[in-house]
Amino acid sequence: MPVPDVAGSVAPGTAAAAVAGGASPSSRAARGLLGAAVARKDGPAKILGEARYVDDLVLPGMLHGATVRTRAAGGILERIEFGSGIDWDSFVVVTAADVPGINATQMIEQDQPVLAEHRFRHAGEPVLLLAHADRGLLREAVEAVTLHERADPSPVFSIDDALALRGEVVPGNVYRDYLMSRGDLAAGEAAAEVFFEGRFETGAQEHVYIEPQGMIAYVDAAGVLVVEGSLQCPYYVLGTLTAVTGRDAGSVRVVHCTTGGGFGGKEDYPSQLAAHAALLTLKAGGRPVKLVYDRAEDMLATPKRHPSRTLVRIGAGRDGRLCFLDVDFVLDGGAYTTLSPVVLSRGVIHAPGAYACANARVRGRAVATSHPPNGAFRGFGAPQSIFAIEQAMDGLAEALGMSPLELRRMNMLRPGDRSVPGQTIDATTDFDAVLDQALHESGYLEKRDAFAEFNAANAAAGRPLRRGIGLATFHHGAGFTGNGEVVLASEARVRANVDGCVEVVASSSEMGQGSTTTLCQIVASALGLPLERVSQAPVDTHDVPDSGPTVASRTCMVVGLIVEQAARLLRAELIQKAGLPASGADEHAFAAACARYLDGHPRLEAQARYEPPANVQWDETVFEGSPYASYAWAAYVAEVEIDLATCEVALSGFTAVQEVGKVVNPVIAAGQVEGGVVQGIGFALFEKVAWGNTGTMANNRLTNYIIPTTADIPPVQVFFQEQPGGIGPAGAKGLGELPMDGPGPAILSAVNFALGTRISSLPVMPEDVMAALSAHALRVAA
Amino acid sequence: MIPAPDLAFTLNGRTVSTVDGSIGAPSMRLLDLLRLHAGQTGTKEGCGEGECGACAVLVDGELVNSCLVPVGQLHGCTVTSIEGLPRVDPLVTAFARAGAAQCGICTPGMVLAARALLDRVPQPTLDDVREALAGNLCRCTGYARIYTAVLDAATDAGPGKAGGR
Ligand code: FES
Ligand code: FES
Repeated sequence: MPVPDVAGSVAPGTAAAAVAGGASPSSRAARGLLGAAVARKDGPAKILGEARYVDDLVLPGMLHGATVRTRAAGGILERIEFGSGIDWDSFVVVTAADVPGINATQMIEQDQPVLAEHRFRHAGEPVLLLAHADRGLLREAVEAVTLHERADPSPVFSIDDALALRGEVVPGNVYRDYLMSRGDLAAGEAAAEVFFEGRFETGAQEHVYIEPQGMIAYVDAAGVLVVEGSLQCPYYVLGTLTAVTGRDAGSVRVVHCTTGGGFGGKEDYPSQLAAHAALLTLKAGGRPVKLVYDRAEDMLATPKRHPSRTLVRIGAGRDGRLCFLDVDFVLDGGAYTTLSPVVLSRGVIHAPGAYACANARVRGRAVATSHPPNGAFRGFGAPQSIFAIEQAMDGLAEALGMSPLELRRMNMLRPGDRSVPGQTIDATTDFDAVLDQALHESGYLEKRDAFAEFNAANAAAGRPLRRGIGLATFHHGAGFTGNGEVVLASEARVRANVDGCVEVVASSSEMGQGSTTTLCQIVASALGLPLERVSQAPVDTHDVPDSGPTVASRTCMVVGLIVEQAARLLRAELIQKAGLPASGADEHAFAAACARYLDGHPRLEAQARYEPPANVQWDETVFEGSPYASYAWAAYVAEVEIDLATCEVALSGFTAVQEVGKVVNPVIAAGQVEGGVVQGIGFALFEKVAWGNTGTMANNRLTNYIIPTTADIPPVQVFFQEQPGGIGPAGAKGLGELPMDGPGPAILSAVNFALGTRISSLPVMPEDVMAALSAHALRVAA
Repeated sequence: MIPAPDLAFTLNGRTVSTVDGSIGAPSMRLLDLLRLHAGQTGTKEGCGEGECGACAVLVDGELVNSCLVPVGQLHGCTVTSIEGLPRVDPLVTAFARAGAAQCGICTPGMVLAARALLDRVPQPTLDDVREALAGNLCRCTGYARIYTAVLDAATDAGPGKAGGR
């Protein structure tokens, strides 16, 4: 396994040269810390209600902010009318005219204004910001503002309409058009004997982090603009703030508050929200302004998972060996580019699934519509394209008269195979073992037969219950796609204090995924210290370096590797300069060495930078190469029970087996999988965004957008296999997004098994079951 | 003008009343009394309309969503929010051990929902737990670790185990 390089330096500002590595630590406390089910560091404060989230903060003289948004689905803003009966002088009022710098969120493109000025592209676009100390008056004032809009005549609300140019949001309606092509498609088609063609769709999905988005901004005594809030990517926010305010990074600070869930939803939008809070405080002379959304505004205005439609043509020889694969994958990007190009590229790369196929073509497009922009959501395009290929594999299996299991077994990637993107599968991969365990733990084969018998008997007796079982096999690449990690060149530091306490200094943001604990475990292990001696420094851009955004299942694997290396450098420095024994030193010896070192040096810290392994080479222009340093592999089995009388689908069992390299903390890892699986169950069976007639979410309340509750979720069985193949610490791989990929296809397969239907879109609501049953009845009758 | 009748109740062991000004208008939501007036921010607002349970507290031992309760309804009641839960409650340890809090925003409400259950049913089954927590949404955990924590807390506090280890 090639090892990535991590460049390092010790204590910038000291004369010391870096010495790589050191003898391995041998303290008993640290031994076995990687892989230990230690309790989360953030547990007690959260359980006791002591952790402070942004809405819990109250600053002296604080104002509350509110946002006035467009109503039409794109158009021209002609005039803002401030109604009578409001003492407008008592309000802080901000419009686009108050933006001192660039009026655009700094993402891949700069097409999204922070505040719309003239032309706007969707309903719910921010136009005007208000702040006041009294929240009641603030609500009245928002109501008293009228935006005079000239609505676009033909907004675009679907992928098909965008492609057919029934209305144009941007010229041509396509943000990106990617092509990944391998082998000879025509030759593959000529060789194929059995074919399947299908169209698959997935809907938008709302993140429903239980803490809505929020920020507080103020100008401190030193004149620095400080923005604190609920966010995943402090340096993204900083980038937008410096551009929007025209300030340099030294006079803007971004601070991460305890964050009540993100799942990708707090990747790009917080930049927008932070800019709003910043503009208000700057207009208010630096007075603190809190801007926290209520649930309805959060659901209306913030990004969702991209809706998708995928056309798949696939063919195999009679033996089931894949001959060709042709995928046309389209994502609904909404009205601005935001993150759609990178969501699309991950979707395209994962579109062939975890199967070998010599002749393949994947075309991927992200299109513009008049919906608010869609964005990052756990899985980032992969759940959509993996859903389509998995369903197509089921369809092909049926056409072949083979079981879905046999077809997968025949084509799954094994060591030495080249994946469609062009990556050689490494020797540690054992996808068969993952599949075997999933079959065994779920009792797949026995249940498949038993459920078929049960359904036949119930049908014969006129009883309404049906049972189904479905399988999905897949992999998920960890870290930024392609050259993303090269561009990021993430950095992190480890710092020791005079008492021997150590801090992880990184921009990685804890939002529930457990990164603080896992990063501390990694550093404590590398330094031979008990976990209590290591903490994560507050994430504040004036202290922490840019370790990259907290996304893409990269924190444990990539940032973990960086902090591990930094810890080794720090230890080597102490051995060399402060007499730390090279082996057998406990935390007291470590503290003594820190004290000696700091007697003669201003500080004790080491910094390292990530450099991806040499084999991760990716050519973005032709989508060829090795897009990810590590893949996690999984096989998921879903069991459902359906009552034909109510058409309700109940999940009766779920088994998730995955190979994720070294499991750094089994409790945290299992929690990530369980949580991801349940979000996937919601995606499959519960969560349907209803679009209003101006293209915003109409069911933007928790009363009518339903996420799974305890009543819906039986215990999910989770199993890990650990192969030493990951590039992260001790062989760890990223795993946070993986569990989002499997539930959708596995559950739909189970539903179609139970009913004998061919439902091809998610979510499957009772009305979809009903419609499919009538279509099926017609087909059978015909 | 007829003065509003006096209103008093117990909040985390302390008496609050309109007499001493520790309660404002009777129409104020209990959630706002806790968060804005008492500065006890362990109770969270996730939806403001009774759907998520992040704001759940105990009123006379019953689980209620504090975003739906005007303080005027609480005369003579005993209100316990997470700040009033003993730090040594077996649920606190069990949640920590099981990794049942991820982002933590649902956790105070979830712990109180579990407390209400265990007070009623000291040795619950998994189905009891699933039913008792069905009004509390968690988007992070998928609930599995929460089930484990509640069942563990019940075992820890159970008659066979108390003081036995
Ligand atoms: S905030 Fe009260 S139930 Fe959601
Ligand atoms: S732990 Fe995040 S919502 Fe429950």
